[in-house]
Amino acid sequence: MSSFFSYLITGVSLGSIYALIALGYTMVYGIAKMLNFAHGDIIMIGGYMTFVVGQSLGLPVWATILFGIAVCTLLGVTIEKIAYKPLRSATSLAVLITAIGVSYFLQNAALLGFGSAARTTTSVVPKFSIPLGDIRVSGETVVTIAVSVLIMVGLTLFVNYTKSGKAMRAVSEDRGAAQLMGINVNATISLTFAIGSALAGVAAVLLCSTYTQLSPYTGAMPGIKAFTAAVFGGIGSIPGAMIGGIVLGVIENLSKAYISTQLSDAIVFAVLIVVLLVKPTGIMGKKISEKV
Amino acid sequence: MKTKTAVKKAPLLSREAKDRTITYIMMAVIFVAVQLYLASGQAGRSFKGLLVPTCVYILAAISLNLVVGVSGELSLGAAGFMCIGAFTGSVFSIITSASIPNAAIRFPVAILLGGVVAAIFGFLIGIPVLRLRGDYLAIVTLAFGEIIKSVFNNLYLSIDKNGVFLSMSAEAKAAHVFDLETKRDIIKGAQGITGTPRDSSFVICFVVVVIALIIMLNFMDSKQGRAVMAARDNRIAAEAMGVNVTRAKMTAFVMSAFFGGVAGVLYAHNLSTLQAVKFDYNLSILILVFVVLGGMRKMRNIVISTAILYILPEALRALNDYRMLIYAIVLIVMMIVNNNAAIKAMVEKLRDGLRDRAKAGKKEEGGEA
Repeated sequence: MSSFFSYLITGVSLGSIYALIALGYTMVYGIAKMLNFAHGDIIMIGGYMTFVVGQSLGLPVWATILFGIAVCTLLGVTIEKIAYKPLRSATSLAVLITAIGVSYFLQNAALLGFGSAARTTTSVVPKFSIPLGDIRVSGETVVTIAVSVLIMVGLTLFVNYTKSGKAMRAVSEDRGAAQLMGINVNATISLTFAIGSALAGVAAVLLCSTYTQLSPYTGAMPGIKAFTAAVFGGIGSIPGAMIGGIVLGVIENLSKAYISTQLSDAIVFAVLIVVLLVKPTGIMGKKISEKV
Repeated sequence: MKTKTAVKKAPLLSREAKDRTITYIMMAVIFVAVQLYLASGQAGRSFKGLLVPTCVYILAAISLNLVVGVSGELSLGAAGFMCIGAFTGSVFSIITSASIPNAAIRFPVAILLGGVVAAIFGFLIGIPVLRLRGDYLAIVTLAFGEIIKSVFNNLYLSIDKNGVFLSMSAEAKAAHVFDLETKRDIIKGAQGITGTPRDSSFVICFVVVVIALIIMLNFMDSKQGRAVMAARDNRIAAEAMGVNVTRAKMTAFVMSAFFGGVAGVLYAHNLSTLQAVKFDYNLSILILVFVVLGGMRKMRNIVISTAILYILPEALRALNDYRMLIYAIVLIVMMIVNNNAAIKAMVEKLRDGLRDRAKAGKKEEGGEA
């Protein structure tokens, strides 16, 4: 029983990271109506910036984290300006292929810049653990869950109670009408990308602290799984992304423990397919009727 | 009394037929050129080694184009169908290599079998996938591709005189009691399949590509093919005209899966070891890059783009490190140039300007003469 409980806790921790990444996906999808395939690779770049560049510069730990997050934010906004903005009115096929191109670009740029060998990262969390019943919860797990909860609460407050948050909701509802009401749509989309990418930076720090591995392909799988989480929770919905992320993390960890380590990815993707077929709008999503 | 239309002679070939003829002539020229080069004795080992993989990628790219270019749906699972075809074909060839020693009979059967099994999976996957649209469809094909890869990566298949043993776990295999004298391991989990007969040759692969082209081009000019393209351009209008969009898209999807599977069979019969990890997301993306840079419309252009994009970096080793980076940049730039209204208008204006100037120049020449 206690082993089940410990799998559950690590599952929630992994799920919190997925939830942070999924928030970035879901906000961008809700507002720019596009699937930002490069989101996972921004995490990877964030990891390199924090754990390789930041640490080689000899910065203190808090500064490397801030440096990583700042680079991610800047990168996200730049990508949006250069690659996605010219395609605002293009077909979804064109935008999706562009996003795949950006993802491919980031991966190969990292491959050239940092080499293909995986690097070991050192956790930024001081070593400690908390006893919980007859198991001990590691410091990384505690910090990951705490940081994720804080960010989610903060983001929910931001989107619901500030002027920029209101603008975001308006743009997501109807871009044309929002523009007519005097909302700066381009600035709002930039802000969304900035927030989403900053969250990716945070996720990078937590991911590399928990799993202490970094390679140019680190971001791809968590990225796709986080998208699965966003769809699971209902894309465009912030609480949905949180619930979806945590549920998915738990499913993945439990299937790793009780079914098969190698097949856990396949199980996660099977969940995605089932959700999309049974309830395509996700558990928290709104029903959208298609208009001609 | 003759009407104007009666006077005007109908062209010998329709536009599509003319297009097809050009494609076939191009393929014939390529074939003769490669054969002449091989016969001249100047072809190096590396060039010979590139011929079969190039054909495999061309086949994979034109079959993906049936989904991406012709149906306008983004599939990120091309490698999955190749994986199914590769494993099916390989298993068949290994099992029957003793009973059918003649490769001329065995290999075509393996190719057909690999294609058919991939097509069956294509149909089963297509039922849920084609209900979705756009981004969701893309992500689900990606999910199916990853699932197929994971499943084959964990598959164990052995035979002995008592029958066939198939399992997804190494523990179950270790616990199973085999008849050791007749035991043969065929699929060994992550180690994959070894000892597939190397039946793929350039001539066979090229012939398969040409047959695939003939079938696909005829499909595109058929009722179903036109229906698919109508649905791609405007789904609602096509539905209003009575086109069964789902059925048309399914036909293209299954056909794409079939030829993807065939490409996998050809691929597997060119390697001594076949592992499922090779059929990952990156392979799907690479094939997608070939299709997108080939323009996503004409099969002919995709054949050309795949051949160039595959052979060029292999020939220019220095470029190889930057190959993927360059592909990525070209992909982004091409998408923006082709889809941004302002840039498109600018390019057209430039082109019109040049044409006008050319016309003006011609007129002047005419005046002088």
